[in-house]
Amino acid sequence: MSTTDDIRQILKAHGRLSADADTLAEDADLYQAGLTSHASVNVMLGLEGQFDIEFPDRMLKRGVFGSIASIRDAIEELTAS
Amino acid sequence: MSNDASQGANVELAHRIGSEIAAVHAAEVDRNARFPAEAIAALKDARLLSALVPQELGGMGMKMVELTAVCTALGQYCAATAMVFAMHQIQVACIVRHGLGSEFFRQYCRELVDKQLLIGSITSEVGVGGDTRSSICAVEVDGDRFVLNKDATTVSYGAHADELLVTCRRDLAAARSDQVMVLVRRGQYTLEQTSQWDTLGMRGTCSPGFKFRSRGDAAQILPGDYADSSGQTMVPYSHILWSGLWLGIASDAMSRAASSVRAEARRNPGTVPPTALRLAELSNTLQSMRSNVHDVARDCQELQESAEGNESLLTLGFALKMNNLKISCSTLVVQIVHQALLICGIQGYKNDSKFSLGRHLRDAHSAQLMIGNDRIYGRSASMLLVYKDA
Ligand SMILES: Cc1cc2nc3c(=O)[nH]c(=O)nc-3n(C[C@H](O)[C@H](O)[C@H](O)COP(=O)(O)OP(=O)(O)OC[C@H]3O[C@@H](n4cnc5c(N)ncnc54)[C@H](O)[C@@H]3O)c2cc1C
Repeated sequence: MSTTDDIRQILKAHGRLSADADTLAEDADLYQAGLTSHASVNVMLGLEGQFDIEFPDRMLKRGVFGSIASIRDAIEELTAS
Repeated sequence: MSNDASQGANVELAHRIGSEIAAVHAAEVDRNARFPAEAIAALKDARLLSALVPQELGGMGMKMVELTAVCTALGQYCAATAMVFAMHQIQVACIVRHGLGSEFFRQYCRELVDKQLLIGSITSEVGVGGDTRSSICAVEVDGDRFVLNKDATTVSYGAHADELLVTCRRDLAAARSDQVMVLVRRGQYTLEQTSQWDTLGMRGTCSPGFKFRSRGDAAQILPGDYADSSGQTMVPYSHILWSGLWLGIASDAMSRAASSVRAEARRNPGTVPPTALRLAELSNTLQSMRSNVHDVARDCQELQESAEGNESLLTLGFALKMNNLKISCSTLVVQIVHQALLICGIQGYKNDSKFSLGRHLRDAHSAQLMIGNDRIYGRSASMLLVYKDA
């Protein structure tokens, strides 16, 4: 499965979105799709578990979790070695 | 810099308005749960309602440290006056920090300076309680006009405000957390009072429930997402300015306790009254509260002025700091007034003595409810699951 698919799965499981995470555009605004700050913490936890990463504090910002594409950028930055 | 700001001319002015006007009416404002009209009029005359408006638009361009000190000063004389003032400033902060890209809001700021308009807030809503980050009501835009109705649980000085800044969903299809703010002007709205404001304290804020109905121009919708203006402005300004005025309540309680101890010492020179020990303890607690308020106000101001600016206010670390400030100050203010009451004894318990602390204690108890501390603890708890630099 690609990173993007994994992200969609986690959004589906924890994001409590009002839109369908499978079909949401990669640059669609997740907050407008119903992501609350509370749900975003669960999404972060899900991503940290799935990808075996830790988001450093500088990445724990609204913008980083604002779209599927921005989440993927953050994960790629952390997993690139 | 911060020292100057917390002792400057505007803070002195606030002390003058506090001692000469707010304090004179405070007991009666409290007893009759009436709006502190005289003190608010004096703050308007001093042009302090536009303190946060940038100088280029005619305001003072006041910064966080100084504004917090003004709230502390007012809080020493009449907490209701200080709370009305602080809540107004929180609304102005949202406008000047998020609205100035819009010609409507720039023009509005000039008018605010000119007419010293008072802005109230409607975040609370029947069905969501104190969760400011969700709304049931939605603004409905049709062409360049909007309709917005909200069933609000608590609206401070609703009947005395010139305008109201209202949170709501972006549109009828939006999620509860997808919010915007709308500035609704006098004449554009009606308020139907749905409950009374006969409370333990903060009685002069006059904050009953209202059914709010309005129509206006779509340009009055504050640009951007409320999610950003909440994190960058509404929450930090609320928690810092509220903590500032709670510090004012605590300081005045301390000074009443201190004068009671001094009076006792004068009756018996040569022996240290036993209450002096408790006063020393009180002074210790007050100092940590004061340091916390000053530190966080200065931190916030420095972050605002840093290269990263507003962005730096959206980190979890900053949000945690705001939550911790609110929780500790709202708890300490009750503790300090309570300790002061024990020192003053029966003279503090009486409503007609110069050491009276009943109003302070009743006002202080609102602090932990204004956005319930457990709600805030809940948010911090979830942030700490991912925040590493705790
Ligand atoms: C003096 C004063 C002036 C006010 N002025 C205004 C105003 O001008 N405009 C306005 O809109 N509102 C105003 N309010 C209302 C305020 O913003 C809150 O809405 C209100 O204080 C919360 O009301 P509540 O206790 O019924 O709600 P809730 O937030 O529902 O809290 C009830 C209880 O449940 C707990 N709780 C709730 N959620 C959680 C959670 N997730 N986790 C753990 N515990 C939780 C709380 O801690 C609290 O103990 C004012 C309040 C006061 C006291």
